[in-house]
Amino acid sequence: MSDIASTRLRRRYAAERRFKALGLAAVVFSGLVLAFLLVTMTANAIGGFKRTELVFPVDFKSGALTVDPAQLQGPDAVQALQGAGLADVVAFAAARHVGDKAAAELNERAWRELADQLIADPTLLQSQVTVSLPVSDDLAGAARGDGPQPMQDLAASLKAEGKLVRAFDWGFMARADATGPQDVGIWGALKGSMLTMLVTLALAFPIGVLAAVYLEEYAPRNRWTELIEVSINNLAAVPSIIFGLLGLAVFLTIFPNFRSAPLIGGMTLALMTMPVIVISGRNAIKAVPPSIRDAALAVGASRVQTVFHHVLPLALPGILTGTIIGMARALGETAPLLMIGMRAFVATPPEDFTSPATVLPVQIFLWSDEIDRGFVERTSAAIIVLLAFLLVMNGLAIYLRNRFEKRW
Amino acid sequence: MTKSALYLATAAGAALLLAGCGGAQTASRDQIRAVGSSTVYPFAKAVADSLAKSGASIKSPIIESTGTGAGMKLFCAGVGVQHPDIENASRRMKKSEYEDCVKNGVDKIVEVQVGLDGVAFAEARGGLGLKLTPEDVYKAIAANPYGKPNTAKTWKDVNPALPAEPILVYGPPSTSGTRDALKELILAKGCDANPEMKALKESDKDQHDKVCTEVRSDGAYVDSGENDNLIVQKLEANPKAIGIFGFSYLEENADKLIGLTMNGVEPTYASISDFSYPGARPLYIYVKAAHLDAIKGLKEFVAEWAKHWGKDGLLAKQGMVVSPDDVQAKNAAIVSSFTLLDPTQLK
Repeated sequence: MSDIASTRLRRRYAAERRFKALGLAAVVFSGLVLAFLLVTMTANAIGGFKRTELVFPVDFKSGALTVDPAQLQGPDAVQALQGAGLADVVAFAAARHVGDKAAAELNERAWRELADQLIADPTLLQSQVTVSLPVSDDLAGAARGDGPQPMQDLAASLKAEGKLVRAFDWGFMARADATGPQDVGIWGALKGSMLTMLVTLALAFPIGVLAAVYLEEYAPRNRWTELIEVSINNLAAVPSIIFGLLGLAVFLTIFPNFRSAPLIGGMTLALMTMPVIVISGRNAIKAVPPSIRDAALAVGASRVQTVFHHVLPLALPGILTGTIIGMARALGETAPLLMIGMRAFVATPPEDFTSPATVLPVQIFLWSDEIDRGFVERTSAAIIVLLAFLLVMNGLAIYLRNRFEKRW
Repeated sequence: MTKSALYLATAAGAALLLAGCGGAQTASRDQIRAVGSSTVYPFAKAVADSLAKSGASIKSPIIESTGTGAGMKLFCAGVGVQHPDIENASRRMKKSEYEDCVKNGVDKIVEVQVGLDGVAFAEARGGLGLKLTPEDVYKAIAANPYGKPNTAKTWKDVNPALPAEPILVYGPPSTSGTRDALKELILAKGCDANPEMKALKESDKDQHDKVCTEVRSDGAYVDSGENDNLIVQKLEANPKAIGIFGFSYLEENADKLIGLTMNGVEPTYASISDFSYPGARPLYIYVKAAHLDAIKGLKEFVAEWAKHWGKDGLLAKQGMVVSPDDVQAKNAAIVSSFTLLDPTQLK
């Protein structure tokens, strides 16, 4: 081998190694960024799933609370307990065991939570129970090191006695938005997101797939189909806020009663998701070998039978991939929903597709704007819930895709 | 394979049907809807929350934060369940907006002033005793006053009538609502004193906002966190510094601080409530009288506002500037009898 040739060969090997190293570096970099994001988020969010609670014993044995056990089974159980003076009993017990000052900082909804426990287990009324009930936002802030000095001292002394604890807040997954970080929950927004996504899927998937099938299998090749093709490609690239304006102008004019409803939100997001499904669907259908169609037609299948028995099942994995991408984008979308009234304080979880709701990303946006520092952790927790929802949704789609995957 | 595809299609169809069914039933509404200002939003939220906690039978109102102007449009669009019941406003309704309302049949409106929003300038007792104008403040703390980088080191650089003491201002961070009021009420006003800037507002609004409301970050203006009490402490430690915070803090710490005059007007309840002090604006809610009986809980919600706007009330705790006693009494009367707004007062 001549010198020149061996130099050239060395260079080529070096170029090869450089390219490999660069590619690896790119992968490692994105991995690190993702890990950093997840680690910081999760670290913050752990606190967000907890809240500050006061621990003290309440003695029901002494007969301070007289409620008819039958009433506890009825629909007015909470009112019955309220009438019997549960709030006062709780305040009295707290004042006795943790002091007047701390008792005054008990959360307003504390007795309601105890009421729920009592309704679930009425035998508690015959015993002395140690309860752990939420405190006010002020005391929770002081426990974190914010706020006026006297309150911080109170928090520190209670903490030292083990009466003020950070406890896991199961209610976070069951409540909706509220004013204070101690009271908020994510269920309202999560349910809103689920309903909205359901509407989006129900509209975008069938329409998108049918459009893709028609364009690939039936449509004649002419200027009109080309125009439609270009329009759909453009539609997929339109900024999402435009769809929000469209939703505002069209859907809210047709259904003025449904402002902030998941139905309208889902319809708006479906407009955004549909072109993505059409494009991926067409590519998937194109990738089905023509021999399969020919074989089906040759044994006497009709066009519709060919499409629905053979082409569509084979194309389904590809279509589902497109659907995952479109739905994931829709789930994380805030901008179009701001336009149709979902940037709102909704303190009751939506009951159906038409009741006012908010969705996870909007809730995160609203909480990140809050002044109370307790909301920082709550926001991170909400982000984790959003990510978990996304993972479940994608996991389901990937499972379906793998089930339908066919090799030939 | 066919079956699975069929299942998918039926599932989608069923979901659609469900959505359709849900649509049939909303003829009336059992939740109050409010739209409007993002400044009033946290206060409205607090009132809504407290209403939901007090009475079990009233559903918590839906509060949307759309901004005052956009909210007015929604509010004035008409009477009926599809239109909001309440508009939260951080300024008074304009005459043109009222006319728009009347055109759409919303001619009976109840106007309630719930409180005030204001920024006060203050220093420790025994401080410099600066006599400021919005223009001085703008020149002292803007990042690029009138488009040029800020080089002012002392108050004298800003205005020869002021002492040659270094500029040091403790103020709200950019996330705070007080900062917004500072931008809108003081900085933008000082900026627009220059005719060139006023012209810029017409031609390039974004550039205008940037020049007029961006605050310098070279140490003369210090972000002091959301805790206004901390600013009070810092001012006590350094009598040559001035602080910017919500007016209620000045009132609370009157033993330690004195308010600085702005355009020669001292910040007091009287001067804020008659708006001779430039750093003040009123906060309103507008209620559709036609909805009062139709929407369940609306009367209670408006009454709930009146319960909390007092001096030791929930809203003061949330950071609202409390209205003077006579304004409170007047508006409490409006809330109890739902007196309609007199359109001749509007501008």
